[in-house]
Amino acid sequence: MTKHPAPKFASNEGIIDAARAAIGPALIHAVEAHGEIALHVERTGLVDALIALRDKLEYQQLMEIAGVDWPDRDPRFEVVYCLLSVTKNHRLRVHVAANDDQPVPSVTDIWPVAGWLEREVFDMYGVLFEGNPDLRRILTDYGFTGHPQRKDFPLTGYVELRYSEEEKRVKYEPVKLAQDFRSFDFMSPWEGADYILPGDEKAADKGGASK
Amino acid sequence: MSQLIAEASPTTGDEVIQNYTINFGPQHPAAHGVLRLVLELDGEIVERADPHVGLLHRGTEKLIEYKTYLQALPYFDRLDYCSPLGMEHSYVLAVEKLLNIEVPLRGQYLRVLFAELTRICNHMLNLGSHVMDVGAMTPNLWLFEIREDCLNFFERASGARMHSAWFRPGGVHQDVPAKLLADLDEWLDTRLPELFEDAISLVADNRIFKQRNVDIATVSKEYALKWGFSGPMIRGSGIAWDIRRSQPYDVYDRMEFDIPVGTRGDCYDRFMVRVEEVRQSARIMKQCLREMPEGPVSSLDRKVVPPKRGEMKQSMEALIHHFKLYTEGFHVPEGSVYVATESPKGEFGVYLVSDGSNKPYRCKIRPTAFSHLQAMDFMAKGHMLADITAILGGMDIVFGECDR
Repeated sequence: MTKHPAPKFASNEGIIDAARAAIGPALIHAVEAHGEIALHVERTGLVDALIALRDKLEYQQLMEIAGVDWPDRDPRFEVVYCLLSVTKNHRLRVHVAANDDQPVPSVTDIWPVAGWLEREVFDMYGVLFEGNPDLRRILTDYGFTGHPQRKDFPLTGYVELRYSEEEKRVKYEPVKLAQDFRSFDFMSPWEGADYILPGDEKAADKGGASK
Repeated sequence: MSQLIAEASPTTGDEVIQNYTINFGPQHPAAHGVLRLVLELDGEIVERADPHVGLLHRGTEKLIEYKTYLQALPYFDRLDYCSPLGMEHSYVLAVEKLLNIEVPLRGQYLRVLFAELTRICNHMLNLGSHVMDVGAMTPNLWLFEIREDCLNFFERASGARMHSAWFRPGGVHQDVPAKLLADLDEWLDTRLPELFEDAISLVADNRIFKQRNVDIATVSKEYALKWGFSGPMIRGSGIAWDIRRSQPYDVYDRMEFDIPVGTRGDCYDRFMVRVEEVRQSARIMKQCLREMPEGPVSSLDRKVVPPKRGEMKQSMEALIHHFKLYTEGFHVPEGSVYVATESPKGEFGVYLVSDGSNKPYRCKIRPTAFSHLQAMDFMAKGHMLADITAILGGMDIVFGECDR
């Protein structure tokens, strides 16, 4: 039952069936969770699926493209398109999976707003978009290397920038921290932590010797 | 007359002037922050605009992945630093949606009340700087008086003038003093209308202001939809779309307010939409003050909302809850949601992915400015260089939010 005060849009009823009819076999599966519908779509059929959603089901606006990194999955990246229908007052998400060597077809021809949104996903995750006319980096610095939102990119980054008075220019140097970033593990040892606590190995040795 | 052939080049002889490219910013008083706008000009006419953003990128989304849900909240104040509570609103609603937690009525009323105060506060800055960008000085000074009042109210509610961190998952952090509500009521009747109507009367029908804004950067309904416009930008183009009305959150479904729309979709329409929104916000605030019930301001679910200090002195369990919530934090069920609210600048969305732990797995922030600024190229095409500032003013862009 819905208790939260988050935005309430039109009912999800029948949307999945309508979407399945509109998209056809490109739809891998559809999930309804937390009051929202997510359609998982084949990468190759993405453009046709989104055109069908826009023209047949009235999702006129593309509000957001979000990337998500799942290092354990193959394909590793997920690109999420958040659609909005201003006539039906409904929101829908379209998910597509990709690796960094599998370009996702660009949707800039359907919604020009996708230009920057795709550039951002490319910048942050390194997912390529085939057909985007201007796939430059957008948020990171000119000449930046790496894709900072990937889970294996460290929070501190690799380089830091400072103005060098001697050389009269800004220069990059390897990042130096006075104190390491503190990351705490809040898993309780009684609730399924799968590592050995420091000191525990001694107890195991002792137990073995006394037996 | 039409047979007259215009001179091909303004220079004499065979010399042809080539288009030249200039940098507008990154440090420019009318760029509203660190925007580098590469403009290709033909004389004084803008042929192409290429905004370079990201100069204020701080990696907020990455940082949030390393923080607990509660620790991530103050980052939202720092996104759009002109309307901090509007940013928090989307985030707390996204967390509440995943948790499916109930928020007491007084908490919801307080959130709506202060979200609307934030809207007034934000529009004061935008309207003021918009008129200053096109040449008027006085209204900005008067509107900043109102903004100063707003910031004082925020301070009395949360202790901080700008970075309030006052909305929390489950409600608001603490109740407001009764005197604050009484003062707000009086302020809405006296100071706000006086200062605001005075300032707006200087520009709304002003000939110079109209010459600088009317028919500048007109955006049709079709383009507004295609380019992902929201908030005053889409309403300025004539589409009556307001998330507060169509997808009500908190107690917006109990509020009566009108949605102003533009007729031509130009900079003047966008300006006037914001002017009317201020009046409607004041109307919503009056209703909140009138109807607000007594009661708790945040959820009593102690697995999410920490207990008050007084309670901790008495109860061992409260002490444990407090300790656990401020070290480990609460765990959020697995799943993902996209929650968008009507922030003062438009649709501000949060796409939150949870893996069931105490930290967000992914928190994608949908800034309003990102889509609007992208439209700069087609909006500025064919206009004069001086119109760029009017267009930027009409967009209401803050780079803390655009660059994240």
